[in-house]
Amino acid sequence: MATFKILIVDDEQGIRDGTRRILQNFKVDYPFMDEQIDFEVLEAGTGAEGIDIIDKEQPEILLLDNKLPDIQGVEVLEYVKSKQYDIVVVMITSYASLELAVKATRDGAFDFIPKPFTPQEIRASIENITKQIFLKRMTQTLNSTGKQIRFQFLSVLSHELKAPLNAIDGYLKMMRERQFGESVDAYDEMIDRSIERIKGMRTLILDLLDLTKIESGKPTQKLQEVDIRKIVQLAIDTIRPYAIQKDVDLYLNNREPIIIKADPGEIEIIMNNLISNAVKYNKTGGRVDVFLEKQPETVRISVSDTGIGMSDDDKIKIFEDFVRIKTQKTRNITGSGLGLAIVRKIVDMYHGTIEVQSLPEQGSTFIITLPDPGK
Amino acid sequence: MTKKRILIVDDDMDYLFQMRVKVEQMGFETITAESQAEAEKIILDIKPDLCILDLMMESDDSGFVLSYKIKKKYPDVPIIIATAVTAETGMTFDIRAEESKRWINADLFLDKGIRNDQLHREIKKLLKL
Repeated sequence: MATFKILIVDDEQGIRDGTRRILQNFKVDYPFMDEQIDFEVLEAGTGAEGIDIIDKEQPEILLLDNKLPDIQGVEVLEYVKSKQYDIVVVMITSYASLELAVKATRDGAFDFIPKPFTPQEIRASIENITKQIFLKRMTQTLNSTGKQIRFQFLSVLSHELKAPLNAIDGYLKMMRERQFGESVDAYDEMIDRSIERIKGMRTLILDLLDLTKIESGKPTQKLQEVDIRKIVQLAIDTIRPYAIQKDVDLYLNNREPIIIKADPGEIEIIMNNLISNAVKYNKTGGRVDVFLEKQPETVRISVSDTGIGMSDDDKIKIFEDFVRIKTQKTRNITGSGLGLAIVRKIVDMYHGTIEVQSLPEQGSTFIITLPDPGK
Repeated sequence: MTKKRILIVDDDMDYLFQMRVKVEQMGFETITAESQAEAEKIILDIKPDLCILDLMMESDDSGFVLSYKIKKKYPDVPIIIATAVTAETGMTFDIRAEESKRWINADLFLDKGIRNDQLHREIKKLLKL
């Protein structure tokens, strides 16, 4: 178990004692963390005393009251900044002094806790900070070990995982409080939305697994002779029930096997993503066409749909992590925003190319060209 | 006395719905928008008494930009920016950038996880009720 040091600088003995009590047995854990983190609380009653302890103990977190008997809290903040200490500073302040809050943020304060605070408020703040420090340290370790996982990615990921939980949590609380009366019917919509958010989360988790597969599989990629036609057929069979539901027809326009040297799992991920997107963003009564073409050194795969299409601006963005095009037409479509990013990553690994042609309201065509390493 | 009208903007339709219910139970009238563009269209014709905006990370939408535009049109309408950004991701919004500084003229920043009674108190304070 790791222990973070928290220094509380406040001239009120009561606040210091209270904080100590609140954080004494508090522990934080996090999906990415192997171990829990607990806290050791240090105290200072004046700014000078605080600075002394900061120099000696180098705490991870500083809870700082602005009204101190000797110097101002923001001066302590400036000191931490001038020494370039890696300390996360939380200002304890009252809502009334928003100006101070803005100034403190500019000087590097991470968060504010209104005074008087509840135990929940202080725990929530400490929990967030702990996660932030953890992620930062993990990123530093990863960078120093040469791994290229970005902090940004993890940050957005934790947002994407938490947002559906918050939504479902909100609905459950409304139901528990019977906010719309005793009849179950009144809650149908909320139940549907909750199920939809769970579905989204499941998609995200599955996509993350794909991502891990390609990122860990990179050095030991197993290339073998693969019949792309077979994989496409399999993908179509998997997606067909969903396509029937949406009244979309699926066509594979090849009869001959198309053999390429590749990792079958990776080709499967590409085809599943492209074909399910083509159904998902299609219109009722629409169609999806898959063409495979063997060229001398390459294989060309195209997936066309008759769906909602996209603007030129959107075409540039869609291959980025966590990008989803938000319009009135896509608002009810679930997705992780990772599918096409994964496809692009795999295509890059094969030194292939991917492009998209699209017209709003008419449809999109994704074209992939993969060099055949067997050649 | 007529009910005060509150504009709520958030790109998460579930959060938007839940916030609407909360605010209506406090006795206010609500208008909602799922994007910056939608909100901008609304304020062309309607002057809300208060706005609650999400920071909105997606689709280039920004609560800051929207806040700036609302304040420009209606300088006297109080604005609350609700954010989960810091709480969920540990990212602090870039309050330091010179350009952002001009935009950040919201009256209050609140964490999205705020309790109902706290929210109600803040709204009443801003509406001087």
